[in-house]
Amino acid sequence: MQFQSQVLSNVEVSPGYFKMRMTAPPAVLESSAGQFVMVKVSRAIDPLLRRPFGIYDMGVYVTPYTDSGTQTFVEILYKVVGKGTGMLSDMHQGDALDILAPLGKSFDHGPEDEEKILVGGGVGLAPLYLLAKELVKSHRVRLFAGGRSKEDILCITEFERLGVETYVATDDGTLGDRGLVTQVMMKHLAAGNGPSRLFACGPFPMLRAVAGIAEEMQVPCQVSLEAYMACGMGACLGCVVKGVNHSAETPDYRCVCKDGPVFESTDLSWE
Amino acid sequence: MIKPSMSVEIAGIKMRNPVMTASGTFGYGQEFADYMELESIGAMITKGLSLKPKAGNNTPRIVETPGGMLNAIGLQNVGIDSFIATKLPFLRTVNTPVIVNLYGNSLEEYGELAARIDDLEEVAGVEVNISCPNVKQGGIVFGTDPAAASQVVELVRKSTSKPLIVKLSPNVTDVVAMARACVDAGAEALSLINTLTGMAIDINRRRPVLANITGGLSGPAIKPVALRMVWQVSRAVNVPLIGIGGIMNATDALEFILAGATAIQVGTASFLNPSAAEEIATGMESWLVENGVSDIGELIGALKC
Repeated sequence: MQFQSQVLSNVEVSPGYFKMRMTAPPAVLESSAGQFVMVKVSRAIDPLLRRPFGIYDMGVYVTPYTDSGTQTFVEILYKVVGKGTGMLSDMHQGDALDILAPLGKSFDHGPEDEEKILVGGGVGLAPLYLLAKELVKSHRVRLFAGGRSKEDILCITEFERLGVETYVATDDGTLGDRGLVTQVMMKHLAAGNGPSRLFACGPFPMLRAVAGIAEEMQVPCQVSLEAYMACGMGACLGCVVKGVNHSAETPDYRCVCKDGPVFESTDLSWE
Repeated sequence: MIKPSMSVEIAGIKMRNPVMTASGTFGYGQEFADYMELESIGAMITKGLSLKPKAGNNTPRIVETPGGMLNAIGLQNVGIDSFIATKLPFLRTVNTPVIVNLYGNSLEEYGELAARIDDLEEVAGVEVNISCPNVKQGGIVFGTDPAAASQVVELVRKSTSKPLIVKLSPNVTDVVAMARACVDAGAEALSLINTLTGMAIDINRRRPVLANITGGLSGPAIKPVALRMVWQVSRAVNVPLIGIGGIMNATDALEFILAGATAIQVGTASFLNPSAAEEIATGMESWLVENGVSDIGELIGALKC
């Protein structure tokens, strides 16, 4: 659906990273973790296109300022990377946005008796928070969060508040273990905890490493991808990734926006 | 005030209003059904279809530029047979003319494609793409050489009795010469403009942003060029024109009508606003009401110079 929204809050949670809460119609609550929103940052023609953001959270709160006495919201966690996110970071409570939501496919929780392992790199933690919220109701959930430095490790306390066990790795060792998040994950997984399922979101090299580990350990794994996209609904074909059967002779392109952004790691070509 | 007449006719295709959706920006129609009333617009044009399914280019395929975007999708499409089997059944249920955009790798393929759709009742007409800038084979050659364009149009004309629209490239020295060549070869209408070839560079990586190096520029940035070309061509040929290029709202659309276009196509705007085409149709009608114009036909080519 397409709706007009207002900024409720826009907080810099770490240098260069913001969490923005926006008004939304109640139907947005039918979204699931892994789905995303497309935000038109400005009515002007520059930036022209919407920007895609994974849904970080959503909910309803009680307020005297609406007729119904409640307000539904959707929340995103984003990194300032260019003009669009720069303008977004300058927005304040009451500013208007135009939103398409929810878009794309969500994570598949898998069977009940597994441990759920989340792996996030930087702002890739965004869709994993909503996923953790869905999963903690009935599963043991562990989160492995990685980033360059401690500033790139976001919202860890929010995950902990949900009851998620968290492990942190930074490239420079300023928070948690020094090294790659996948190395830390390997160390803990090697202990062997029975059946488990991996959910990952972050930079492509991290996802490729996670997919490799999943394959080696024979663990099911879903990854959430990020891509440049113009429309978010499968029309522009700008956001495609190569599927597992891709070759020059038999092309297998999949739209991140519509076939994803969540994919089974075994469905993609990781070359 | 009474409702103004918005209907127009292009090459025998009767449309409830002049708003069409541009090829490659509206998928196969169904993608947009949740966001707008498909029966609110004049016609839908499909993604460019080739004889065989086409994979398209490597990624990145798109990049935003000031007031526009570059794309180098490379005509990824399901191919004509799969289109007929899987996409056309939905379009059949929508009471809006469907125009298929056809793209051939060779002269023969254009002819074969046109013959393939000739007996399909659901297809209201053909838009021949001789101007995609993102494919190495064919395409642009036909789109930049009047003699080659003539050959394609003549062959398509022989291969189908469907209304025939030819989509022109702006990447030429003389768009009027191309327009004349296509009309002389049998085009019943012309649509213009396709994207302008451009590029974007990442200085940190010292590389082009697009995997294809160059791409087609679309969006508001190209509107002045498109307007100029529609105006020029409208003074040179006697077939209806369909104006395309950065149309974001009803005002933009009406500018093209004044410049000489009988209809317009909404392209990039649908990417950022999936109901753009419907809103533009509604907005045009409102403008006519507010300005006491009883028939959109009164505005076609009504520019005072």
